[in-house]
Amino acid sequence: MSKETEQILQNPAPPADALDAPFPSKRMHVNLGPSHPAMHGTVRAVVELDGENIDSMKLDIGFLHRGFEKSCENVTWTQVFPYTDRLNYVSSIMNNVGYSLAVEKLCRLEVPERAKYLRVLTSELHRMSDHLTLVGAMGLELGAMTVLIYCMEARDILWDRLTEIAGARLTSNYARIGGVARDMPDGWQDKVERTLVRVAGLRDEVDKLLTRNRIVMDRLVATGRISRADAIDYGFTGPCLRAAGEPYDIRKASPYLVYDRLDFDVPVGSNGDNFDRYLMRLEELKQSERIVRQCFEQIPPGDIVVEDYRYVMPPKPQVYGTIEGAMAHFKIVMEGIQVPAGEAYSCTEAANGELGFYLVSDGGGRPYKIGVRAPGWNMLMALPAMLQGELLADLIPTFDTINMIGGEVEQ
Amino acid sequence: MSKAAIQRLKERFPDAVTDPYEGVGGDAVAMVRKDRVREVCRFAKDDPALAFNLAPYITAVDFLGSDPRFDLVYQLSSTVHGHRVRLRVGVPAADPRVPSVVEVWKGADWYERYCWDMYGIRFDGHPDPRRLYMYEEFVGHPLRKDYSLRGRQPLIPERVVDEAFRGPGPAGRD
Repeated sequence: MSKETEQILQNPAPPADALDAPFPSKRMHVNLGPSHPAMHGTVRAVVELDGENIDSMKLDIGFLHRGFEKSCENVTWTQVFPYTDRLNYVSSIMNNVGYSLAVEKLCRLEVPERAKYLRVLTSELHRMSDHLTLVGAMGLELGAMTVLIYCMEARDILWDRLTEIAGARLTSNYARIGGVARDMPDGWQDKVERTLVRVAGLRDEVDKLLTRNRIVMDRLVATGRISRADAIDYGFTGPCLRAAGEPYDIRKASPYLVYDRLDFDVPVGSNGDNFDRYLMRLEELKQSERIVRQCFEQIPPGDIVVEDYRYVMPPKPQVYGTIEGAMAHFKIVMEGIQVPAGEAYSCTEAANGELGFYLVSDGGGRPYKIGVRAPGWNMLMALPAMLQGELLADLIPTFDTINMIGGEVEQ
Repeated sequence: MSKAAIQRLKERFPDAVTDPYEGVGGDAVAMVRKDRVREVCRFAKDDPALAFNLAPYITAVDFLGSDPRFDLVYQLSSTVHGHRVRLRVGVPAADPRVPSVVEVWKGADWYERYCWDMYGIRFDGHPDPRRLYMYEEFVGHPLRKDYSLRGRQPLIPERVVDEAFRGPGPAGRD
């Protein structure tokens, strides 16, 4: 029998203040990720804890780095589209559109009206699916599994519609340089309108389940806060910037495609906390629905790609029937589109903020450089500062609401 | 509007901001001397008429074979005025060091780490100059044009493909 055991046996009664004694708080390092269900994508966070509070945090990214830019520099301009699908894989058409707008800027191409509307329409459907993913995943991680099921149902019926127009569920590869790949199938507008009604119903269910829910509010209100000045300084864009109170939206500040003809509101928050960021998403779901309906009203008949066979594949009868068609086809497939030399930066408002493409062309068939300004990059960068001194449990909803997408951040 | 911004920068720094030109699609672009970057950026952010408050997107381009070899590109934008300019900085291969702008915009942090990781451009005064994507043991900078597309440097030796389990499917395709 050891000496301590003997002592305990001799004095069995604990000291009177044992219950009030402070826990010995030990500094502890917790390694979250890279493979952790709550760390979407593969981000590794090394968190230094003082009790339950985050003392410091270091992020380690790159586990999903696939060499996007290096790959793109070695394929033709058209072959880049499938790679852009895999940047933000929840809203791939927005990446397609952002990239094609940048290439068209270099080529000085103006796409047909109908293609512009189709791009906006599909982009907004994808914006909805992106926001639904965020709300669903956040619900799940806060313990509200129902919300996930509702959001996944809504997202899936949206993706069914996108499958009908783009041909793929996730990696849509829909936009083309000079237009879009396919026109609306017959009866598609009807189907989308019915889908929008169903999605609105599910969104309202989620709204009822979460927005005034005491548990959810306790987890979200005043957690993961960032001030307006800090958000700008860190380069936040999109819903996260607007949640902090800065009314900046590229669709309004420098409208592209047909956004200047559409009537929609930009929701702006005030606190910059998780709750505001969540509310931005719910409100943008409503605004995107408005945009889609207006697009259906305004969309004109006409071509969906430019008729310039230096940039667009000629229709098949021309390829097989005329020498010019066959030559244009051969040139595009074998050499790629010849983009004039120069450099251009083009940005669009993707679901999470400014998605910018910086392109450099040397006049050949392949991009000399493709730089991607991924919106999630800045938000993820600011995470350690946002969580300084907060509880470890607050990391999870904050990581959800900044909606960092591994594919685009880690390229 | 963006052209006026470039003009203002040029008036304030006549010897540091050079060669303003209008890029494709009306982008306002100017070259900036390498050692004056931080000063120019500080003014671009603090001057109320410019107010480029949003952290810029910074990337680099490798023009292998020309001098200066690297081109560091800053996409400045303002949430106040809604205008944008692009500043380009030539970085020679012999001395790839540029003053860091992290003290101007906190959001420049990872973009500069990215430029170090991918292009090997050093940023003087960066608080945490680690690589961003690659591991610290990685040799070289993958987005340089002289880095091979299929260059591999595994931390542990890779098995030859035949030995690895390929799953069901036609054998011997590799």
